Amino acid sequence: MTRDTIRVWYLVHRWTSLICTLFLLMLCATGLPLIFHDEIDLLSGEPDRVATAGAPSSSDAAGLKPLDTMLAKVLANEPGQVPVFMAFDNETPLMTITTAPRPDSRAADMTVHVLNRATGEMTGRESEEGAMHFLLQLHTDMFLGLPGMLFLGLMGFLFFLSLVSGAVLYAPFMRKLKFGTLRVSRSERLRQMDYHNLLGIVALAWMSVVGLTGVINAAATPLRQMWQMGELAEMTRTYAGQPPLPPSRYGSIDKAMAAVRQERPGNSPQFIGFPGGAFSSKHHYAIFLQGTTKLTEHVLTPALVDAERGVLTDIRQMPWYMVGLSYSQPLHFGDYGGLPLKILWAALDLFTLHVLWTGLLLWQGKRRAGTDAHVREVETGGMPVPAE
Amino acid sequence: MTGRRENRVRSAGAVFAAPLVIGVLSLFGLVAALAGEGPADWLSWAALALPVLAVAWAMQRRRS
Repeated sequence: MTRDTIRVWYLVHRWTSLICTLFLLMLCATGLPLIFHDEIDLLSGEPDRVATAGAPSSSDAAGLKPLDTMLAKVLANEPGQVPVFMAFDNETPLMTITTAPRPDSRAADMTVHVLNRATGEMTGRESEEGAMHFLLQLHTDMFLGLPGMLFLGLMGFLFFLSLVSGAVLYAPFMRKLKFGTLRVSRSERLRQMDYHNLLGIVALAWMSVVGLTGVINAAATPLRQMWQMGELAEMTRTYAGQPPLPPSRYGSIDKAMAAVRQERPGNSPQFIGFPGGAFSSKHHYAIFLQGTTKLTEHVLTPALVDAERGVLTDIRQMPWYMVGLSYSQPLHFGDYGGLPLKILWAALDLFTLHVLWTGLLLWQGKRRAGTDAHVREVETGGMPVPAE
Repeated sequence: MTGRRENRVRSAGAVFAAPLVIGVLSLFGLVAALAGEGPADWLSWAALALPVLAVAWAMQRRRS
């Protein structure tokens, strides 16, 4: 690699990193506790989630209360509200019903009710406050809504470019060094450089996957809108000209669910999007079915059921970009392989924080020495460069 | 102590051999837990522990 080539890659690495580092530090710091979201919720103030025996709410096991009964219970407590979502659990009989003033209300105006489908009790409301919720908002969009989300997506993409350029620079830097070299006693700068290189290269694959899936997740809203205006509109084409179905004419959800189960006996629902919301047409219950194996569990298949009559309109595989989005969620959250996977996720998150921090120190430390000095450092594996 | 060996120039293949093994196994680990349970989870943990173990090893053996 010639000095000019190294120089170009060095500049790409410096600038892509500098622009995204502050945001990446925030994302890694907020992401760390979010990895253990479920565990922290269990320990702090959400005891309802602990001891709940019974069949999972996503099943149709005997003994579970009808969905219509559950919804009626919530609506009786929330006069003037309409249902927007119903979501199920694969382990416990707990489920949630989300209500809002209007079918197309903003997420901020929605209320999430937690219910027990085995006992038929309302167990409470999902809290929109608290530290975890704050961290999640900060991590997702910095309280700026869609623009914030897209901005963080862009930062994630710059982070990926800095990973690629960093990996390229690893080659000339390590040319004369053995893998894992840590020169800790010669100078603070050499120590930082070696740790930056080692932690960066061993965590490269993980950082790339978590970074890129974060970028895809940041694009969730436009992807979903694309699906809603494209595939979903296509599935419900025959309803196109009709006025929206008012909530007073919504029919039985159990009947709709039964129609879907008859068509796809093995699949359990993950959630239902009500008419007029972000996940359905203006006339349908959109019942999102999970796959039957662990690999396909995350990929949802929408079944569109006429909300008034309870008759199945269409059921179709998600397009490729929605399948990609489905896999990007677990791969970003690290919540799909038990507690050991979460602990490894946390360790690699700490590695990333360290790489970001040492990167910042390395840039800051010899800023006045100029680009040439830095390029020569990369070229020689950090050998001290005589002053010019 | 190994001054002469350290100065020998290594090829790109040699430089990236260990990182490539760790990277490919990490990707395998990320997918394994997604695809299965039980043994697949164990394989996933083992594969994703590699980056952490590599650093621990380097701190023991390659510190100077």
